[in-house]
Amino acid sequence: MPRGYAGKYLDVDLTKERIDEVTFPEEMLHDYFGGRGLAAKVLWDRLGRRWAKVDPIGSENILTILTGPLTAIHPGARAAVSGKSPVSNGTVGSTASTDFAAEIKCAGYDGAFITGKASSPVYLLITDNGAEIRDASHLWGRLGEDTIKMLNAEVREELTKRKPNIGLWKEPSMIYIGPAGENLIRNSAIVTKIAHAFGYGGYGAVMGSKNLKAVVVKGRGPLPEVAAPKTVEILWREYHRRLISRDRMRRWGTGYAGWEVGSVTSSEPVRNWQEEWHDERSFGGPRFSTRYWVKRYWSDFNCTTSCMKISCIKSGRWKGDITDMPDYELEAYLGTNLGIFDPGDNIHLSALFDNLGMSGINGANTMGFAAELYQRGILTKEDLGFELNWGDAEAFTKLAWLIVKREGLGDTLAEGTYRAAKKIGEMKGIDLMPYAVHVKGIEIGAHGTRSDEDYTHDISYAVNVQGGDHTSIAVDAYSEMDDAVFMDSAVVCMFAVDQDLMWDYAKAVTGWDITRHKWCTEQGPRIVTLQRALLLLGGPDIFWDPDRDDDNPPRFYEPLPSGPYKGRTTDRELVERKKQQYYRAIGWDERGIPTAETLEKLGLEDVDSEMKKLRK
Amino acid sequence: MSKPIWIVRDYIRCSGCRRCEIACSLHHEGWMWPEASRIRVFMPFPGVEVPHFCAQCDDYPCVASCPMDALSVDKLTGAVIVNQEKCTGCGDCIEACPGEVPYLHPESNKAIICDLCGGDPECVKVCQEAGYDALYLVEEDVGVQKKMHALHPYVVAKDLALNLYGEKGEEVI
Repeated sequence: MPRGYAGKYLDVDLTKERIDEVTFPEEMLHDYFGGRGLAAKVLWDRLGRRWAKVDPIGSENILTILTGPLTAIHPGARAAVSGKSPVSNGTVGSTASTDFAAEIKCAGYDGAFITGKASSPVYLLITDNGAEIRDASHLWGRLGEDTIKMLNAEVREELTKRKPNIGLWKEPSMIYIGPAGENLIRNSAIVTKIAHAFGYGGYGAVMGSKNLKAVVVKGRGPLPEVAAPKTVEILWREYHRRLISRDRMRRWGTGYAGWEVGSVTSSEPVRNWQEEWHDERSFGGPRFSTRYWVKRYWSDFNCTTSCMKISCIKSGRWKGDITDMPDYELEAYLGTNLGIFDPGDNIHLSALFDNLGMSGINGANTMGFAAELYQRGILTKEDLGFELNWGDAEAFTKLAWLIVKREGLGDTLAEGTYRAAKKIGEMKGIDLMPYAVHVKGIEIGAHGTRSDEDYTHDISYAVNVQGGDHTSIAVDAYSEMDDAVFMDSAVVCMFAVDQDLMWDYAKAVTGWDITRHKWCTEQGPRIVTLQRALLLLGGPDIFWDPDRDDDNPPRFYEPLPSGPYKGRTTDRELVERKKQQYYRAIGWDERGIPTAETLEKLGLEDVDSEMKKLRK
Repeated sequence: MSKPIWIVRDYIRCSGCRRCEIACSLHHEGWMWPEASRIRVFMPFPGVEVPHFCAQCDDYPCVASCPMDALSVDKLTGAVIVNQEKCTGCGDCIEACPGEVPYLHPESNKAIICDLCGGDPECVKVCQEAGYDALYLVEEDVGVQKKMHALHPYVVAKDLALNLYGEKGEEVI
């Protein structure tokens, strides 16, 4: 058994109510690791040849919930979910920090593959003795915080009943969906620890389509054995010493960016990206920390970066709302992008999204899109049932519920920005794509490309196999491979990583001869190329045409109307040039389709027959 | 260490990183094993994190309850020491403890209780290193110190939830 792995995976068919255990050959684990990489491989093996026909929110899709060999042993325990994405129709490695990742390895499993559809709402309970499907009809419709409360109590009681004499049972860990996932909102998230979301990819809807409310786990075993335990222990101590010295990240998390990215780098979405600049000091960290933060250092398992901070509103109209911070992305998407500059309103909307189980980036992007249509008179009070002005937190609260309940126009907006733009555009007879800020169905993270001062540039999103996902952008087909592609497969948190120690850590855990160069030239490109193939196969409702869709949204080519970089915009010619460079570097043809030669080099020969159909 | 010691806990400062569990199990078990750690962080609701471990009650009800005389008090540190040979895993100490602190090791099924690592507890070191200071070490009889009786983690959690979340805290636990 390869080291770092618990050694087996759960294979669950909810239709047949069947639970098996599977293992994979060491070579396959070596090549794909876990998380995002292994998910792409298993999805290809099991669904690849009929990919275009697989409905992401049908029972045939496979929801993968995976850890990797470094998970929990390496600082920053994180899990990765994947499957055929209801937004991109490809795959996304969607990750969140959570104790669940440590707990499942302690229970003896590296993850689970879930297919089929339960006949009524269920949850999956995983313990050292295996997994079982349990009734969740009493949990269906519940908000996130109720789900946590009820499951904690229920599962502790059940485990205590089974083994009453060992002393106090600690709570289990869980991932779950809210009403958004249940109602198959395409941009729904899977949530964990009240406010941590597996947001990109729309996997809340995949879980909901399987009638699966939650996966709950309690393990009592040790973390898996590693190849060189003493080395790991030494590295572990040094690793934390370094994380602890990163003062800015520890103090503010990404919260300092709410002002900085808006004001300094000028790349923060403001009113559906009509601007990317603001100088609202109300969005500086101290306004959040002094008024709302009730815990300054909040961590996940084995993490001392503590970038998360807990916010709670204790009085006023949003009393009782709890969320983490919000972090920069939600400060932007549930703040500035909706014209909201009040920290309290921002926290309220974040807490609401957490509870509903909506992706705070993607679902909120759709709300911004709707608000711009309202601003332009394309959508009216009659369409929505209420006024939708920038900065009106009450109105956006109503809109969130409208979407989650799929009432009226909410039913269309529930399909995500791109699909809603198509539908409403047809309805109104206007091209709405200029206002839809997405790449391949995935709404873009809160980092623009126009000022060119942020870490996101020209082709960051345009050729990204995960579309608008800001956590894993395309760079040059080399230097992104040791970043998100590795970390989301290993599976560790990128805010708990030290690049200098990470490779030694990976070697000491697995015993494999892992090098950064090999990851950047073999394993990484293999995973990305496989994801690219699945993305291009797409379907059933939408097929991406690389000639048209390997591009930024139209808005990213409008000149910035304000701020220190007023007038700047994304250079279209540069995008075209770098796109071709990227294709060449990774070994795809001039239309971005993996070549037969590349597929062979990467050991993906079996993908070639599908790619042949796409080549002109 | 010349005087008995104990670990003071400032619950609201706990980040929930559970590095105390890792450090404890590395020391006692030789590997990362959260459930075999002598300190466990209970998490009844996100944010409400309660490091739970022996409080060394003045009257040591666990020691008195043991039918096998497997428990004793370390004269130097004041920690409760479990004699692995004598312990049968009957669970009487768990019942006797006002905070239900002891529990049975997942593999050996014998009681495990914090032994203060012989006077230099690993959990305190990592917590201090990270600047959380949810745990710190004090000596008995230095200044005015008052040790707390062991508390059930959910009793602590109820107060903590109120402290963090105000009135909302009444609902979450």
